[in-house]
Amino acid sequence: MTAETGAQDALVTADGKPLKAALRAAQARSKRRAFYLVAPLLVFILLTFVAPILQMLHQSIHNDGFTMHEDVISHERTPLMVNLRQWFDENPRGTAPDEAAYAAIAADLLVLREVKAGGQVGTRVNYERSRSRSMFTKAVRRAERLEPPFEAAFMDLDEDWADPELWAAMRSSASAYTMNFYLAAIDKVRAPDGSITNVDEDRALYKKLFGRTLVLSLLITFLTFVLAYPIAHLLATLPLRYSNLLMIFVLLPFWTSLLVRTTSWMVLLQSQGVLNDALVGSGILADENRVQLMYNQAGTVIAMTHILLPFMVLPLYSVMRPINPSYVRAARSLGATSWTAFRRIYFPQTVPGIGAGALLVFILAVGYYITPALVGGADGTLISNLIAYHMTGSLNWSLAAALAGMLLIGILILYWLYDLLVGIDNLKLG
Amino acid sequence: MTDNGQAEAFVEFDRVQKSYDGEVLVVKDLNLSMPKGEFLTMLGPSGSGKTTCLMMLAGFETATHGEIRLNGQEINNIPPHKRGIGMVFQNYALFPHMTVNENLAFPLEVRGMGKSEREAAVKRALDMVQMGEFGNRRPAQLSGGQQQRIALARALVFQPELVLMDEPLGALDKQLREHMQFEITRLAHELGITTVYVTHDQTEALTMSDRVAVFNDGRIQQLAPPDQLYEQPDNSFVAQFIGENNTLDGVVSEIGNGTALVKLSDGSVIDATPVNVSHAGEQTRVSIRPERVEFDMSRLPEGAHTLKAEVKEFVYMGDIFRTRLSVAGNDDFIVKTRNAADQVRLTPGQTVEIGWKPEDCRALDAD
Ligand SMILES: Nc1ncnc2c1ncn2[C@@H]1O[C@H](COP(=O)(O)OP(=O)(O)O)[C@@H](O)[C@H]1O
Ligand SMILES: [Mg+2]
Repeated sequence: MTAETGAQDALVTADGKPLKAALRAAQARSKRRAFYLVAPLLVFILLTFVAPILQMLHQSIHNDGFTMHEDVISHERTPLMVNLRQWFDENPRGTAPDEAAYAAIAADLLVLREVKAGGQVGTRVNYERSRSRSMFTKAVRRAERLEPPFEAAFMDLDEDWADPELWAAMRSSASAYTMNFYLAAIDKVRAPDGSITNVDEDRALYKKLFGRTLVLSLLITFLTFVLAYPIAHLLATLPLRYSNLLMIFVLLPFWTSLLVRTTSWMVLLQSQGVLNDALVGSGILADENRVQLMYNQAGTVIAMTHILLPFMVLPLYSVMRPINPSYVRAARSLGATSWTAFRRIYFPQTVPGIGAGALLVFILAVGYYITPALVGGADGTLISNLIAYHMTGSLNWSLAAALAGMLLIGILILYWLYDLLVGIDNLKLG
Repeated sequence: MTDNGQAEAFVEFDRVQKSYDGEVLVVKDLNLSMPKGEFLTMLGPSGSGKTTCLMMLAGFETATHGEIRLNGQEINNIPPHKRGIGMVFQNYALFPHMTVNENLAFPLEVRGMGKSEREAAVKRALDMVQMGEFGNRRPAQLSGGQQQRIALARALVFQPELVLMDEPLGALDKQLREHMQFEITRLAHELGITTVYVTHDQTEALTMSDRVAVFNDGRIQQLAPPDQLYEQPDNSFVAQFIGENNTLDGVVSEIGNGTALVKLSDGSVIDATPVNVSHAGEQTRVSIRPERVEFDMSRLPEGAHTLKAEVKEFVYMGDIFRTRLSVAGNDDFIVKTRNAADQVRLTPGQTVEIGWKPEDCRALDAD
């Protein structure tokens, strides 16, 4: 009787505790220990990977150059452009600046002069409208001499102070949170009336670069695939002692500095370089017809294909090695020509490796920086070179972050597509 | 084509030799001729060249010397896919990315057979191996025995006249293996296919084959039907390799009239049938099957020689008794007796007299 009821209730241990609770208690200790083991890695990843990415994404939609000054030494924070921002709040977008607006700026300029933030504010406005920075620095220098009527005083300084584009730019900069950097990253601007328009043809840059990055990365991925497939097949089928030797050649690039590899490509490719000399020397090319292989897209493609080749070879090798030769033999004995046996039997079994290699090479190529910078010239630079320029050259970190954010989103979409089409479980990295 | 027996041979190896590295001959002077419909097994220890022979026949290895003929036509230079030979591999080699149906349809597809015809043929082949319900599964979703059946069905589905099997049952457990042995021979005979079967398991070879070719060291040591192989081995390797076997070393002291007397190392003399010996004074190794040794001297012919033996071990095995004796310096002399009502059970330490009919004891090469 008791045995029957016991079977219907939840199971209990010998001393009457519920079995599930007992199991949880028994496992908790080992789970805790497992967690302690991975905790250092978790902290490391959070600090060095997740946090910077979040910080970067935040920077791409947040820039308080117009609204807040922090002193480098005392860390004292001063709100900037308070009066102008109030005027913006009280007047809707598109309102022509009146005397009150100019008076507000004049008051704000005094603060800027005091905390020496004229350059900072000017730079921020400059992101939205070029030539604004110099107007601000000049106005800050003369801030104390400005007297009512302020509109006329500003016209005296520079006619451009009445430019509606400047006022639209200041209005955009007035809120720290903005999507304008993402707009800029796809060659759009906000017009004075608030609508979104394309930038002038001659200043559009990023869409073309994104497109070029995409096309060149696809081309590089395809080229590495074409080159790596036979190499990986050879590696997988040769007797071990030969394949080990060949593997060293494949891995050799990993052991030399990236910079060394890229510069050696420069030695090979330049118009007075080894390759051109050989072509001219052997009479294939006339001396005056030396081919331009560097400082253009050809240079970027050649050098990056070489540098990324191992990332394609290794996943391919790892799927090819375990494929038993008897599959192809079976196909042949069943009447398939060697081409059919390859196409129908061997190739489909290597698809997970192709997917992994292609994904790896493509993602690396999309973000590649040093090689295109050195051998790409103006024609062969990729989007990452622009990101680097905004990081170190123009110091427009928010735009750099927006460009990087777009790249990240693009790659995530690709990854999602890959999962949808091939299935991430099928990924074989080695 | 002449009508002189040559025409009857379906598969022929003619003085075939094979070397992989130019230094060692893996197959040495292989001559073999199979009529249509025969089930022939290549039996031999690992490394004796069986797979190599099969691969040459299938077209995956080229013969270094000699001719291989199929149906009277030389096939040395015909690529594998044009030979029309079905093949079952040891690891089955079922294509992992295809379903069972697709696996079976593959040979028909590459032959350009129409879809409906193909489906009917696949269905027939699956039913033949009792796997009709499994057409939509992947190979990985099948057990070893089921995969084996599919591999068999795939090798037969395009109706080849010749099927090669390389240790196809090696990965199965004993019971399944025995069942599949029966299935394979049944199918081969029903369909009238010529089969070359490779194994290193002598029981498998004996129970399945019309003829067995015993391989060793790249040569066929003996090619004969199973009973002849067991009862009349041509040399000591075959005697030793097939079934259980007792050997005694000695010197031929008298020979003639189809019998010989052999003097053993301890001086005693036994009767034997000369096989690989021709004159007195020759070194020889005699071979006697454990079940042909007699304890009852009244069953031996008049004047037969007998030996004294000491019982070392007696094992009761149910249907038989297995007695280990020490005979003329050989401590591993095994005698098997049926568990009949009147059979004596010996005890270790006991001394007994043993003997055999001269035709059961074969004087072979000394090795
Ligand atoms: N592809 C090969 N290359 C070199 N040697 C081989 C190759 N295949 C087999 N051998 C050698 O040939 C001999 C016979 O092998 P094999 O025909 O596979 O024997 P079995 O099938 O009877 O075990 C072995 O010594 C083996 O090492
Ligand atoms: Mg073998």
